[in-house]
Amino acid sequence: MNPPILEMRGITKTFPGVKALQDVSLSVARGEIHAICGENGAGKSTLMKVLSGVYPHGSYDGDIVFEDAPVAFSTINDSEAKGIVIIHQELALSPYLSVAENIFLGNEQRARSGLIDWNHTNAEAAKLLARVGLAENPTTPISQLGVGKQQLVEIAKALSKQVKLLILDEPTAALNDTDSEHLLDLLRQLRDQGITSIIISHKLGEIEDIADSTTIIRDGKTIETITMAEHDNVQDRIIRGMVGRDLEHRYPERESHPGEEILRLENWTVHHPTQTGRKVVDGANLYVRAGEVVGIAGLMGAGRTELAMSMFGRSYGKDISGTVYVHGKKVDTSTVPKAIEAGIAYATEDRKVYGLNLIEDIRRNISSAALGKLSKNGWVNGNEELAVAERYRKDLGVRAPSVLALVGKLSGGNQQKVVLAKWLYTDPEVLILDEPTRGIDVGAKFEIYQLINAMVAAGKAVVVISSELPEILGTCDRVYTLAYGRITGDVPVAQASQERLMELMTQEKSDQKENVQ
Amino acid sequence: MTAIANVWELARRNVRQSGILVAFVLIVALFAVLNENFLSPGNLTNIILQYSYILILAIGMVIVIIAGHIDLSVGSVVALAGSVSAVLVIKNGQPWWVGVIAALAVGFVVGVWQGFWVAYVGIPAFIVTLAGMLLFRGLAARVLENISLSPFNTPYTDIAGGFLNGLFGGNGYDVFTLVVFAIGVVGFAFSQWRARQGKIRYQQAVEAIWLFALKLVLIAAVVMWFAWQLAHSRGLPIILIILAVLILAYSVITQRSIFGRHVYAIGGNLHAAELSGVKVKKINMWIFINIGTLAGLAGVVYSSRMNGAQPSAGNMFELDAIAACFIGGASTTGGVGRVTGAMIGALIMAVMSNGMQLMGLDQSVQQIVKGLVLLLAVAFDIFNKRRAGIAR
Repeated sequence: MNPPILEMRGITKTFPGVKALQDVSLSVARGEIHAICGENGAGKSTLMKVLSGVYPHGSYDGDIVFEDAPVAFSTINDSEAKGIVIIHQELALSPYLSVAENIFLGNEQRARSGLIDWNHTNAEAAKLLARVGLAENPTTPISQLGVGKQQLVEIAKALSKQVKLLILDEPTAALNDTDSEHLLDLLRQLRDQGITSIIISHKLGEIEDIADSTTIIRDGKTIETITMAEHDNVQDRIIRGMVGRDLEHRYPERESHPGEEILRLENWTVHHPTQTGRKVVDGANLYVRAGEVVGIAGLMGAGRTELAMSMFGRSYGKDISGTVYVHGKKVDTSTVPKAIEAGIAYATEDRKVYGLNLIEDIRRNISSAALGKLSKNGWVNGNEELAVAERYRKDLGVRAPSVLALVGKLSGGNQQKVVLAKWLYTDPEVLILDEPTRGIDVGAKFEIYQLINAMVAAGKAVVVISSELPEILGTCDRVYTLAYGRITGDVPVAQASQERLMELMTQEKSDQKENVQ
Repeated sequence: MTAIANVWELARRNVRQSGILVAFVLIVALFAVLNENFLSPGNLTNIILQYSYILILAIGMVIVIIAGHIDLSVGSVVALAGSVSAVLVIKNGQPWWVGVIAALAVGFVVGVWQGFWVAYVGIPAFIVTLAGMLLFRGLAARVLENISLSPFNTPYTDIAGGFLNGLFGGNGYDVFTLVVFAIGVVGFAFSQWRARQGKIRYQQAVEAIWLFALKLVLIAAVVMWFAWQLAHSRGLPIILIILAVLILAYSVITQRSIFGRHVYAIGGNLHAAELSGVKVKKINMWIFINIGTLAGLAGVVYSSRMNGAQPSAGNMFELDAIAACFIGGASTTGGVGRVTGAMIGALIMAVMSNGMQLMGLDQSVQQIVKGLVLLLAVAFDIFNKRRAGIAR
């Protein structure tokens, strides 16, 4: 193996009251792709922030050696000057500037006059785009590109800074399979050109695929570094390292005893809010029984979220038609309060934007959808509220110093538990979970699945919308597949396989092709 | 363990509030040292009378700001409400209460108007109220036909300048004032005691009984000292009663009512609030009706204090009210703020203006100092947030 390009030794970083990193060491060989794995909150991001100078030298203990010389970064600019570039999960591109402008943002190509040399800028940008395999005009505004292409622009931007060590934080989290594949290919090409990469990811298959070695971090400590080629079954080993225990089954066992029907949706049609005539959901029929977990599987843009949100208080779309029944009775779900009243709860796929008030505490987030239960004549009983929040915190195992902790400071898994607590407190008949485990770690996922099981054991109905087919197969009793707004299949999980579902999810009527981009 | 953590978390979260309270005490102490008349009974009374309308506006404004909006029109609404009232009472000889009701009605209608555009049409409040600032200023001038009207009759001027005095007699000091304050203190102590009992019933952590008692005694001492000073002077200002009722009512509304919670939810995360069943449009509508009506009341108080109405009345009041909210810890992005904070913010502005006037500082210097204080207060706030590591 090559000598190390980067060595971080004995890194300890303390926040008030918390040791985020404790004597962490990381050694990355020159020209390799090095994966970092760990649960959310394990300290991966903190470590990368220490490396890139977001946490300046002096705010942590330990040494960083880069290219055989000790370094001390005070800002991101310092680390970039040495060739260390970090690409964050939330891309940092300016949507209305062109590709070229974004690539050279903060590093503008000036002519001798001091003004920007646009010809040179665009020409250089075109060269960089060719290197990352992106066939786009450098003058195209970023907002016209999809997330996958934006990711490539970020990498082109890193290349423009003469990157030697590229750090990618969950680069494929928002990408579809094709784009992910393309991105991983690109990383391999860059490795062949001598660029070292560190990749943080939750997708173990992807890590097994691409990484040369993997460092596992748990609770702010290095657990081990695995050289991938030396082991079989690395995924299990990584999971073991991440959670600190054997995870024989990623999905908890559950016996299925479906009872009577709770939710029924008949002939549900939703039109696109701006594109007239386009049906996002087209005549969907479905039902969910008590004690049953029903999955909705579909590709990006199939209308999964739109189906759920349109039913939940018409929060999406226009010209909505169709009927919702709860316990056989027709119900009005035209506003969110009415939908909640009817016994429907919907936990969104994007908890930070649509699910939580991040600057408020756990207590008030939990009570926010059912304040009426806590109040008399419009006055909230604060003591009761605290007691309720405390009860849910214990029941769901939200890890936080207290229910007065701000939700914005919790890890993804704990935030998701707060979202669940909020909806459980509305006492719903049917709980719709949209991507319930997106962006949360293996251990927390397991706990969320257990909560789903507890819900159905209590005789409720649960709908799980997920883009991860293994998750659908592992948690659900029955799966509806959705393709281009139409329900194309209703498959009991015993008869379902990833291949079968994928087949149904890509089934399309030929006359609908034009309607869908 | 959790109980201790809860107390610790509460204390930490109130640092912002207490930080501003400490600043207030320091400013008062500074002026008390610089000028011996600053804490005199007459001057304390003056501060209240002089800034009462800013306090009233700040109560409404902080709710607007918590919800993530802004209201630039309140100064103009003060002028319009005062004008309508003056035309009715001075020009047409109506009784004083007709003027008061008309001014409040004007504020209410203004609120409905602006609330409609913000909540139901979806125009940002900045634009709607900027338009309102011009619109209502112009209307005020039309109503007054571009001239000033004065004077009001006595019951009207008593709203901002009257005192309750000598009802129970007294020898150089007013017993009535002391009695009212004493009742207030006892009531406060009782409600605190009940809240404490409630917490104990729910098995929450409470501070030690001696600490609780010490806190009450300290507050009572400060309040009764203040009452003593007022009793020495002209007695109990009527406007102080109005203010006390408003502050109390709105503190409870913002902290304990469903409406108040929904205001915080909207400001904290609009989308999440919508998807949690908050009727956002309706709440926004009421937020603007509320501040409109309060601005109408401020118009009454200001015209009463000025003993007349001018088209230019209330100029720049919106900025004082907004500054008070931000000094008092409200966040520019919404979701954070308290009525008590805004009151302390307004009092800081009031005490500084008054103190600098007593020292004979030039108006220009006063403005410079006030500008810097606003900037530093918000800078301090941002510094605190960064230290707490709240990304936003």
